[in-house]
Amino acid sequence: MGKSIIEKIWERHLVHQEDGKPDLLYIDLHLVHEVTSPQAFSGLRVKNRKVRRPDRTFATMDHNIPTDNRNVINDKVALNQMTTLEKNCRDFEVPLAGIDSPDQGIVHVIGPELGLTQPGMTIVCGDSHTSTHGAFGSLAFGIGTSEVEHVLATQTLWRTKPKTLKIDIKGERQKGVSAKDIILYILANYGFDFGTGYVIEYSGEAIREMTMEERMTICNMSIEGGARAGLISPDETTFSYLENRKYAPKDEAFNTAVEDWRALASDEDAAYDRVISIDTNDVAPMVSWGTNPAMTSKVHESIPKLADCETEIDKKSLERALTYMGLQEGQKIEDIEIQHVFIGSCTNSRLEDLRQAADIVKGRQVHPNVRALVVPGSQQVKWQAEQEGIDLIFKEAGFQWRESGCSMCLSMNNDIVPSGEHCASTSNRNFEGRQGSGARTHLVSPTMAAAAAIHGHIVDARKLMAAETVQ
Amino acid sequence: MSGFKTLMAKAIAFDRANVDTDQIIPKQFLKRIEKTGFGKFLFNDWRYQADGNLNPDFELNKEENQQAAILIANENFGCGSSREHAPWALMDYGFKVIIAPTFADIFHQNCLKNGLLPIALPKDQVRYLLDSAKVQPYQLTIDLAEEKVTDNKGFSTEFTIDQYWKSMLVNGWDEIEITMQLDDKITEYEYAIR
Repeated sequence: MGKSIIEKIWERHLVHQEDGKPDLLYIDLHLVHEVTSPQAFSGLRVKNRKVRRPDRTFATMDHNIPTDNRNVINDKVALNQMTTLEKNCRDFEVPLAGIDSPDQGIVHVIGPELGLTQPGMTIVCGDSHTSTHGAFGSLAFGIGTSEVEHVLATQTLWRTKPKTLKIDIKGERQKGVSAKDIILYILANYGFDFGTGYVIEYSGEAIREMTMEERMTICNMSIEGGARAGLISPDETTFSYLENRKYAPKDEAFNTAVEDWRALASDEDAAYDRVISIDTNDVAPMVSWGTNPAMTSKVHESIPKLADCETEIDKKSLERALTYMGLQEGQKIEDIEIQHVFIGSCTNSRLEDLRQAADIVKGRQVHPNVRALVVPGSQQVKWQAEQEGIDLIFKEAGFQWRESGCSMCLSMNNDIVPSGEHCASTSNRNFEGRQGSGARTHLVSPTMAAAAAIHGHIVDARKLMAAETVQ
Repeated sequence: MSGFKTLMAKAIAFDRANVDTDQIIPKQFLKRIEKTGFGKFLFNDWRYQADGNLNPDFELNKEENQQAAILIANENFGCGSSREHAPWALMDYGFKVIIAPTFADIFHQNCLKNGLLPIALPKDQVRYLLDSAKVQPYQLTIDLAEEKVTDNKGFSTEFTIDQYWKSMLVNGWDEIEITMQLDDKITEYEYAIR
C-alpha cells in the first residue's frame, strides 16, 4: 500500500511517539504576525524562555497595518501592537519584514513569494489561513496563541494524526471560471464543516493545470470547509515557481531539493479516509449571499427559499442570514446591488489576481455608487503590478490603489464597510460583522469583483470578458 | 492553568449553529496585547445595540441566564479564525464548559490549552439539553474524571475526551514544560535533519 503526501510529511517530522499521547512533530517554519503573537512572547518572558530557532521563525505585520498612509497610524492600540512585535523580534532575534520592508505583506503571500514556503515542510502560523501554504505540498495549519508560544519555545507541536480527505477535481474548467469559483463551489456543495478533523489533499487534472497562485487560492479556503490544512502534491509547476526565490535553495542545492520534493507526491495507491470527486464542468462563477462561505450559489441562480430547507436548523440559519444580509428568499443573485468592492486578502491578492481583475476593468469606469479598493498582497506584488502598469488601469477606472495588508478582509484597520452596505469581496469569510459591524459581504473571484465594481451590482464577469478569453 | 475536576453550575441555551470566532470576539478587540479583560467584549455585536445598550433579546442578556458557567450550543461551534481570544473571552466572561454536537478544530484545541472544557455530545442529547436549559434555573454537573454530564432531572450521559488532554486539564500542567523535558529528542532530530 502506497502513502499519501500527508503520511509522508508526518513520518518525516516525528520527533517522539509514546502510547496514550499525540505525536510530537517538528515544525520547519513558524510565521508570526502582530495580532496573535504578543501574548506568546509575554509567556516566554514570564518563564524566562528563549525562541529555540529564530532562524526557522519569520515575522511580518499585516492584520492591522494601514493601507492608505503608512506614515500616520492614528490607532494607538494597533500601533502598540506593531511596536510590540518590533520589540519582540528585536529581543528574541526573530527576522521581521516590518512596515518599511520591501518584503512586507500578508503573511500567506510573502511566505511563498520569498521562498520560505517549501514542499514537505511543516508550517504553522497563528492564523487559520495558514492552509494556503499547502499549495506547495507542505503540511501547513493555523494555531492559537498558546501553540505559537509552544512552537517559539520548542519548535514542536503535539498532534494527533488527522484523517485524510482526497478531493479529486476532474474535468476541464470552463473559460472564465477561476480557482476561487471552484473552492466556493466545493463549499456550496459540501458545507461549512465537512472537513473538520481532516487534512484535505486536492488532486486531479484541474489542479495539475493550475498555476501556484490558483492552487494557493484553493488551499487557502480549506479552513472554510473546517479542514485545518489542505495541500497539493508538488510538481514541475511548484518547482519552477520556487526557483530563484530569495530563501529557496540555490544552484546544486536546489536540484537536490527538487529530487527530494518529487518523492513527496502521493503514491497512486495511497489510501484516504474519504474521497470526494468534483466535476469542474459544472462550476460557474460563484457568489456568496449569506453569512458563511457555504451559503453560496452560481451567479445566474437565485437565493434559496425557506420552504426548500431540509432541517429546522437550516431554516433558522437561512432566516437569520437573510435578515442580516437584507436580502429576500428567491431573489436573483444578479440583482444584488453593491456599494463596495474589495480586491485583496490572502485568498486573492497576488499578481495574477490583479492582472485578471485589471483585464475586466481596463477602459471602463467604476460605477458611481461604488467605492472600490485594490489592496495588493505584498509590497512585491504592488511593485510588480506597478511595473506592468496595472495600478494605472485601476486608478484610471476609479479604484483606490493601496499599500499591502489584510485590510478589508477583516477590517482591523480603518478599511471598513459601513453597516447595511454590500461589498463584493475577493476575501474568504462572509461572517456577520467581518468587514465591519452590519457589513454585508459577498465572496467572489477577482474578475467577479471587478465586474461588480463596474456595474454596481453582481454580474456574470464572463459578459465583460474579451470574446477571445471566453469563447 | 489550574486543574479541572468537577463542576456543578448553571447551564444556558445558545441555540445557534456555526457560531464563528468573529462573533465570539469581533476583530476590533484583537488589538490588545494581554490575555485578560476580553469578557466584556464577548459576542459584542450581538450583545450590544448600536447605541451601546444591552440587546434585551440576546441570550446572554436575559435575567434568568446570568451567572452561567456552562454554554450549550449547536454544531460547528467556534468555526473560522484561529484567534485564541475566543476562549479567553468566554472564560473571562465566566464560562468553564461548552457543550455542542461538534466543534471547529482550532477552537477546540485552543479551549483545551486554556482549561475551557469543550464537550461534544450526540445531536439528540444536545437538543435535550438545549430544550431543558430554556427553562431556568437549570444546572448541570460535569465530572471530568468520570467523563459524565448529569442534570437533576435524571439525565446522565458519558462523553469522551482525549486522555492526554484529560490529564493536562485535570492536573493543570504546563505543556511547554512537558515538551522541554524531551529537549534531547528535539536536539537529536535537529541534528539528523541538518
